[in-house]
Amino acid sequence: MRRRVRLYLAVAAGGFRRYATYGTATAAGVFTNTVFGFIVAYTYIALWDERPGLGGYDQAQALTFVWVSQSLLAAGALIGGGFQEELQERVRTGDIAVDLYRPADLQMWWLAADLGRAAFQLAGRGVVPLVVGALAFRLALPADPLRWLLFLVSVLLALTVSFAVRYLLGLAAFWLMDGSGINMMATVVTIFFSGMLLPLTVFPGGFGEFVQALPWAAMLQVPMDVLLGRHAGAGSAAGALGFQAVWAFVLLGAGRLLQSAATRKVVVQGG
Amino acid sequence: MAEAVLEREFAAVEVPRRGRAREGLRGYGLIVAMWIRSTMTYRTSFALSVVGNAAITLLDFVAVCIMFSHVDELGGFTLPEIALLYGSCSASLGLADLLLGNTDRIGVRIRDGSLDTMLVRPVPVLAQVAADRFALRRLGRVGQGVGVLAWAVWALGPQVEWTAGKVLLVPVMVLAGAGIFGAVMVAGAAFQFLAGDAAEVQNSFTYGGCAMLQYPPTVFAKDLLRGVTFIVPLAFVNWLPALYVLGRPDPLGLPGWAAYLSPLVAFAVFLPASLAWRAGVRSYRSTGS
Repeated sequence: MRRRVRLYLAVAAGGFRRYATYGTATAAGVFTNTVFGFIVAYTYIALWDERPGLGGYDQAQALTFVWVSQSLLAAGALIGGGFQEELQERVRTGDIAVDLYRPADLQMWWLAADLGRAAFQLAGRGVVPLVVGALAFRLALPADPLRWLLFLVSVLLALTVSFAVRYLLGLAAFWLMDGSGINMMATVVTIFFSGMLLPLTVFPGGFGEFVQALPWAAMLQVPMDVLLGRHAGAGSAAGALGFQAVWAFVLLGAGRLLQSAATRKVVVQGG
Repeated sequence: MAEAVLEREFAAVEVPRRGRAREGLRGYGLIVAMWIRSTMTYRTSFALSVVGNAAITLLDFVAVCIMFSHVDELGGFTLPEIALLYGSCSASLGLADLLLGNTDRIGVRIRDGSLDTMLVRPVPVLAQVAADRFALRRLGRVGQGVGVLAWAVWALGPQVEWTAGKVLLVPVMVLAGAGIFGAVMVAGAAFQFLAGDAAEVQNSFTYGGCAMLQYPPTVFAKDLLRGVTFIVPLAFVNWLPALYVLGRPDPLGLPGWAAYLSPLVAFAVFLPASLAWRAGVRSYRSTGS
């Protein structure tokens, strides 16, 4: 058991280090996230000027939503990126056979590597845009350390749900061979249903309630609401984190099922 | 396999005596044809990605529509007016992205050294880089942008005083806008010779620029407007022509005829972009691997 933990920690550290080597790419990403932050922030100001309190947020909260989501995008691989393309490529080329013979679980291996990547991108691409946003606009960042702690737990769960969905995409390559089409569809869905395009609380009526029950809400909307204090009471916070945990559990389980179906399908050609 | 076909095609090309531009276009066409053939190998995936490409941008517009389910105006603009801005910049960016978008892959080519192969082929490097992995699926965005634009023109129909100039300005705006975005893409590719893998910087000017241009200029701070009018002239992609069509004044006070300058601006920004590109290619040092 302890050896297992050490193994996955080493894999995660490898994921972290791998992305840490791309200095210019990280700087370019920070620049992009900051530019988009400004653009979206101005449109939100126009919108909240017209309709104060829209979606249950005041203007400062709405702007916090903008800048914190820009900080979480790369870590959660919400607009693409992440490991799924690599997994698909390994399936296509047949390298996956090597992975299957490793004395480690395929899903846990990729989860560890992806969390390592996310940890780097949270630090590397998350902090600067948020600081710039806080300097340029009046944000509603909480002062309570407990709230930040809850937020971090919620982010970890969000990253796990995001991973679980992308693992399913990666495995789809066993059947589709080429993943670019399904990846793009998945990105579309993620951008829209995670709350990145517009907070899900702004979506109208029953549709709004429906989208908040989907797994994509667990990737961005829920951590944002935890940070903004919409789940202030202990029970409410537990409910929000529980919602994420249930989706993480269900989707990881679906990944396991699909994985066993996929590995039965593998035909290793001798070489 | 595909590369081999390409090499054979090029072997048939005699030493170029025709114009360099024509040679470039011919090479571009050959590479594009090759990539289209290779894309068609996975037809399901291709169909999904065309739909996905249209949907990715359409959802942007759905978000705008959701905003308008709560408000009647944004920055003083109505939904059809914003649809005019949205559709035109989306179509422009889609066109530029289709024709030149893959220039951002040059960072990868520089890093892995595969740019070397391009330098020895008898086709201008820019044509090769632009056609590299040509993605026909990007027609999805173009189609979606043109669709929204057509709806906007229809919905605005009665309230705009359509003159011949205004009617002409709509397609000109889309094409000139594509030219301006294209120049930004070439400049961004040139920047990658200097900065290595910085494709995302280019994205913030193109995709980020389009995200901004889909909202009315009244939403943004004046300094930002000055920046995108006089430094990176994105305002000429659609803001100035669209404001003129709608009969609204420019927040920076530019005269109405500035709306017709877009093609000229597109031409003007291609000059520094192509100079930067030349400087970039000249400064290129192979990784040697």
